[in-house]
Amino acid sequence: MPLLPPEPDHEQEIIRHPPRRVQREDTNFAAGRVAVVQYAVLGVFVFLLSGFWELQVHRPDYYSEAAERNRIKSQPVLAPRGKILDRDGRVIVDNRSSFSLLLSRENLRFEHLAPIAEGLGLEYDELAAKLKRYDRTRPKYEAMVIKEELSASDLAFVESHRDTGTFPEMELTNSHRRLYPQGGLAAHVIGYVSEVSEAELNTAEFARYKPGDVVGKAGIERMYNDLLMGVDGQRQVQVDNMGRERLVLGVKEATPGRTLQLTIDLDLQVVAELAMEGRRGAVVALDPRNGEVLAMVSRPAFDPNKFAGRIRSRDWKEITSNPDNPLLNRAIQAQLAPGSTFKPIVALAGLETGVLEPGFGVSCGGGASFYGRYFKCHLKHGHGRTELRKGLAQSCDVFFYTLGNRLGIDRIAQYAGLAGFGQKTGIDLPHEAEGTVPSTKWKIRNFRQKWYAGETISVAIGQGALTVTPLQLAYAMGGLATGGVWQRPHLLREQMYTPTKNVTPPAPARKADLTVENLIQVIDGLYAVVNEGGTGGRARLVGVEVCGKTGTAQLASNEALKNTKLGLALKDNAWFFGFAPRQSPEIVVAALFEAGEHGNLAAPIVRDVIKAYFDKKSRQTPRPPLLAQAPAPTPGPGGEAPE
Amino acid sequence: MINYRSSRDLDWPLLVLALAISGLGILQIYSATAGTIWGDTWWKQMLFVVAGLAAMHVIARIDYHRLLEAAPALYLGGLALLLAVLLFGRQVFGSQRWIPLPGGFTFQISEFVKLILILLAARYLSELRGDRPTLRDLWKLGALVALPMALVMKQPDLGTSLTYAAIGGAGVFFAGLRWQHAVALALLFVLVLPVGWTLLKDYQKARLISFLNPGSDPLGSGYQVIQSKIAVGSGGMWGKGVARGSQTQLRFLPVAHTDFIFSAFAEEHGFVGVAVVLTLYFLLLMQIVQNAQSAPDRAGMYVCMGVGALLLFHLLVNVGMLVGRMIVTGVPLPLMSYGGSSVLTVFMMLGLVNNVRLQRFVN
Repeated sequence: MPLLPPEPDHEQEIIRHPPRRVQREDTNFAAGRVAVVQYAVLGVFVFLLSGFWELQVHRPDYYSEAAERNRIKSQPVLAPRGKILDRDGRVIVDNRSSFSLLLSRENLRFEHLAPIAEGLGLEYDELAAKLKRYDRTRPKYEAMVIKEELSASDLAFVESHRDTGTFPEMELTNSHRRLYPQGGLAAHVIGYVSEVSEAELNTAEFARYKPGDVVGKAGIERMYNDLLMGVDGQRQVQVDNMGRERLVLGVKEATPGRTLQLTIDLDLQVVAELAMEGRRGAVVALDPRNGEVLAMVSRPAFDPNKFAGRIRSRDWKEITSNPDNPLLNRAIQAQLAPGSTFKPIVALAGLETGVLEPGFGVSCGGGASFYGRYFKCHLKHGHGRTELRKGLAQSCDVFFYTLGNRLGIDRIAQYAGLAGFGQKTGIDLPHEAEGTVPSTKWKIRNFRQKWYAGETISVAIGQGALTVTPLQLAYAMGGLATGGVWQRPHLLREQMYTPTKNVTPPAPARKADLTVENLIQVIDGLYAVVNEGGTGGRARLVGVEVCGKTGTAQLASNEALKNTKLGLALKDNAWFFGFAPRQSPEIVVAALFEAGEHGNLAAPIVRDVIKAYFDKKSRQTPRPPLLAQAPAPTPGPGGEAPE
Repeated sequence: MINYRSSRDLDWPLLVLALAISGLGILQIYSATAGTIWGDTWWKQMLFVVAGLAAMHVIARIDYHRLLEAAPALYLGGLALLLAVLLFGRQVFGSQRWIPLPGGFTFQISEFVKLILILLAARYLSELRGDRPTLRDLWKLGALVALPMALVMKQPDLGTSLTYAAIGGAGVFFAGLRWQHAVALALLFVLVLPVGWTLLKDYQKARLISFLNPGSDPLGSGYQVIQSKIAVGSGGMWGKGVARGSQTQLRFLPVAHTDFIFSAFAEEHGFVGVAVVLTLYFLLLMQIVQNAQSAPDRAGMYVCMGVGALLLFHLLVNVGMLVGRMIVTGVPLPLMSYGGSSVLTVFMMLGLVNNVRLQRFVN
């Protein structure tokens, strides 16, 4: 650098006359600190690299799993419940598709539960409890259904809140909602479905299900829940951060539930429903040859559609606070005194035991005294000379008081038991009632008291402690009508039993060794009830030999009620059972018309069902119609009178 | 004006390193944005890099002593523009950082203020009389840095304003901070901390809390860090392959082409790729330090070290954030993150370094 002027000595210059602005040139002053920076750079490099080492080399599996959890969502593919068909294959219960909301438990943040519950109008506590149980019992990757049947506003809430930033744990899925007939048609037979409750999950019956599952709660839906439910499938999808599906990784299809075919005949069911419209009571129609339930009605009914998914509390309150208890299946759960419909059993007992000898008869003067008490006949002026046929046809109480008194309670109870009273028929519906057949043993067992002979008198006309269900009545009388063969009533068509292992077919028929002549005598009496001026004339049909029996059952002693307000509320229950044809009957129908006052008012209900049966049969067979254009039957004298 | 001998004298290793990193950045931007509404960002970034190279050349040709002389004026201009941004700027993602330019581009003043502050600090510190800065000098420099910091904090942009502090802090460090002053500053910092806390925006507080405990709010501010860690960790040793990172491609990773680009890179290229890129950065910084050591004067040294310190700070804060070792501040990764202002600024800073390098042949 010879061309350049010699460098001034800066230090000297500063000392001599320090300039205001000097750009100092000695860069070595900071050499040490620059070296520090070099080490700092190295330190940062190591610091950062170690951070990556920790994540990528030390624990990559942990983060790979997290990435997979982000990416892959596993959704259940809900299996549709099996349909329910009537005996002709007509659909009674169908499904329709709707949206359900799933909660992905892997991604769930517990504090999101409250806003989600609020957004969907769910109870937070309920939801939290459900979640807790789910966590205990099911693997984490399984999502939980928290709401079915999403409304438009629910859908809007879900769509706008399920991105990664808000509530990514919400997932939509297609589900199937139960579609029941309107107006509560066959509601008690079918039952209803609803979300399985906490309490139910603790029971053996529902232990195999998981929270959020929709299960049968009553009727066929409950009885055959395992068959109807099917098996949920699963879908694995790749989603993006907005929860949008990008790729389907795998699908395990759902196995739909089995379609059930019932023995119910919708044609008969509708007729029975209409006959009971606005009334309280029940109708049961059986085919006594095989035990198939052709129709079963209980009124008042409920709308099972309201239960599908999640019932609104208002609807639930309305149903449960109804004093008539619409949820009660009266056909199998109403246990009431059968009244005079019980008389054929007493008659049979008399014949079989020989107590009712040929020529046995009474002279009815409107009542009789037994054990110091006067028992009235329903006909004030009496029936006069009465033997068995007239006793049944006119339903003479004095005849049966006398017969019952001679039989004694235990022989009556024996034949009542033989006919199927006092025990479950074994129908494939939950919660069937047994009814009560009193006996000396029964009284000692239940009351620790001896039986008083006077009590037998009431039981002989179907009163007192005796109670039966409408189904038992149809079952018992069907057995008598077919010569002592009681086919177990059932609702599932026979062909359903064979291919399915986990359905138990009905128990074999019970048979009793009864004398045919005795049965014919009783059945002749029942024929007379309808066709020979008896109390059941209203059940008469032209072309079909209908047999039957009325019953007017008191809820309490009329005398006791006379001066009370309850007297009106506790009107007599009207009963009627009928079967046809007289020889080789094909249908037996029992009707209970609560507070119907007179048994003969229940008779038309039975007649309508029997008529519908034979009308249909004649339409289906090439024979000319039996009942078409036939002149209206004229009721016999006294036919309209109450028994 | 042409006061260097030839382009042969440019710092070619530095340039190659910078272009290598930029190139990897562009590839990653392409991979992370393919098929999204940001699908065109990769070629925009290429334009920015080309523009950055041009800007670098321009900066390199102007004698940095002239730039130092212009520093006070540039500083005032920068303050005015920052004020203008606050008043008239365009709001994006809730903060006001950008000035719209014709052609749909936006211009982030606060990035260029970094350059100005580097120059200002270099000039201020190189003109100090004593061997070491006095307390008064520190106060003055502190005030000069605090003013733009406050304006940027107001946008609000905590990350960028902290980078200003890094520039000032690095300068003071090289000027020779007395240990008593260092202690005093540390005490002051501790005292100011509670006050500063109350001045922070809610989201900034949330970030601090979630930095300390990312699980506390995984879908809020902790979400980004958790997703970033998942992306990085699931990349493993060798990565999932280009455009095959589920975290990146399915957008679980937030802003995968800007602040979190290196997470996306780490997911798709694994630890090996990370080590390569970090090594590139390491060499880049070492090259800058080497230029500082050979600077013709103190001012040149300050300029180079200012640039180096700033880039180191960016690297530490951005990459540290990705692996959960730093608070989320929204600081871009120099040269890799998408963003015109950031790319231009970094290349201009490299221009300054080249400038200093070229000046050592003068005299």
